[in-house]
Amino acid sequence: MTALSVQNLSKTFTMHLRDGVVLPVVANVNFDLHPGECVVLGGPSGAGKSSILKMVYGNYGVDAGAIRLQHHGEVVDLATADPRTVLTLRRDSIGYVSQFLRTVPRVSALDVVAEPLVIRGTDKAEARQRARELLARLNLPERLWSLPPATFSGGEQQRVNIARGFITHHPVLLLDEPTASLDATNRAVVVAMIAEKKAEGVALLGIFHDEDVRNAVADRIVDVTAFAPKVAA
Amino acid sequence: MSHDLSNQEPLLRVEGLTKYYGARLGCADVNFELWPGEVLAIVGESGSGKTTLLNSLSATLEPTSGRTLYRMRDEQWRNIYELSEAERRFLVRTDWGFVHQNPADGLRMTVSAGANVGERLMAVGDRNYGHIRETALDWLGRVEIAADRIDDQPRSFSGGMRQRLQIARNLVTGPRLVFMDEPTGGLDVSVQARLLDLLRGLVGELGLAAIVVTHDLAVARLLSHRMMVMKDGRVIEAGLTDRVLDDPREPYTQLLVSSILQV
Repeated sequence: MTALSVQNLSKTFTMHLRDGVVLPVVANVNFDLHPGECVVLGGPSGAGKSSILKMVYGNYGVDAGAIRLQHHGEVVDLATADPRTVLTLRRDSIGYVSQFLRTVPRVSALDVVAEPLVIRGTDKAEARQRARELLARLNLPERLWSLPPATFSGGEQQRVNIARGFITHHPVLLLDEPTASLDATNRAVVVAMIAEKKAEGVALLGIFHDEDVRNAVADRIVDVTAFAPKVAA
Repeated sequence: MSHDLSNQEPLLRVEGLTKYYGARLGCADVNFELWPGEVLAIVGESGSGKTTLLNSLSATLEPTSGRTLYRMRDEQWRNIYELSEAERRFLVRTDWGFVHQNPADGLRMTVSAGANVGERLMAVGDRNYGHIRETALDWLGRVEIAADRIDDQPRSFSGGMRQRLQIARNLVTGPRLVFMDEPTGGLDVSVQARLLDLLRGLVGELGLAAIVVTHDLAVARLLSHRMMVMKDGRVIEAGLTDRVLDDPREPYTQLLVSSILQV
């Protein structure tokens, strides 16, 4: 079975504020993702790794191609799905750990982490308990749990973000440099958490600049430079 | 939201909505559907037609052409501009809420906070004083107004408290659709944050559908699932909120997004 199949995906940006200059990002992106594996997008900065991840999550639109995602036994094309469908897919079938946490005023770190479970109908006390376990595992000091993460350091925010992304059981999980601001101890925790997701049959697609982490988690590397748009001579 | 992608019906269906003020265009050819539990933000600058659109959608204004179909509680689809006065009043008093930018437009400033909330309950036929007061107290608590302020008039409240009282007054009847016109406009930022957090929680908990007019893209990002960008009376771009904000297509949307001050 394929958890996610990306087919002939292309993307350009048209910068209207810069006289409509067209920036090609990627063309003919093709790869599959299977349950229980971690595929890493490889290539230098600017090759389009993050853009691919954002298209797969529906955060960026696509110019052409398909993003076929397993959703409750059906295959849904996220590239052409309407907003409501994209939100349903995100709730049930595809998760995303972004590089930076977007904080919400007044909401505590604990509730930021618990929220994705609460939205799915899990009892609030139970969701908070799961959130506590994850934050403890990621070594976030307990005195921070009841505070909104806006004033946290980069590494603390990133751990809140990871906990929020890992608390649910999405069959497909996207990771955008989840270990970039972490120390060695916490990097090792995240590597272990990724291994557990794989063992549970989750399909992971990620970007990891840290070579040790990449070697530890990747089953396969998809070289994004192969999808460089051909620039007309 | 059910995980079946097809079986749900929208709550509101807007077709070709156009409003002219004499020869001047208010809004033109607006089309969209809104589902239960969905929050739609209408963004644009002053004069873009967003308030005209909101007032037309909430039957405050009669459009020049086009229809707004609403699925009533009895599952009948009705064009809101063809309702009788009694039916329209029922919608406005019970099934809909309208949160004005200026709380004084949505509250009665010279009756008590409790009465402001209780009045909407009485309009739907609740006559039990004890129950009305108890429900009013519960709602004041939910919008974080201390119980000992129940007999005070909103005249003595701060701007943020007034706005929270207006929200309680609107939500007490369990509406299915709430219109909001710049709900955080004119408030201090810390008060805005509290109100946004409150609104976000209530909308999620109650599964409300809401249409929020705002010129503040941060408010749109925080509250809405979907977004429409208006310029010169027309919807120029629409879609998933985070996609419109992070991957804007239209020149005007790109200008709006790139004009946000970063903190």
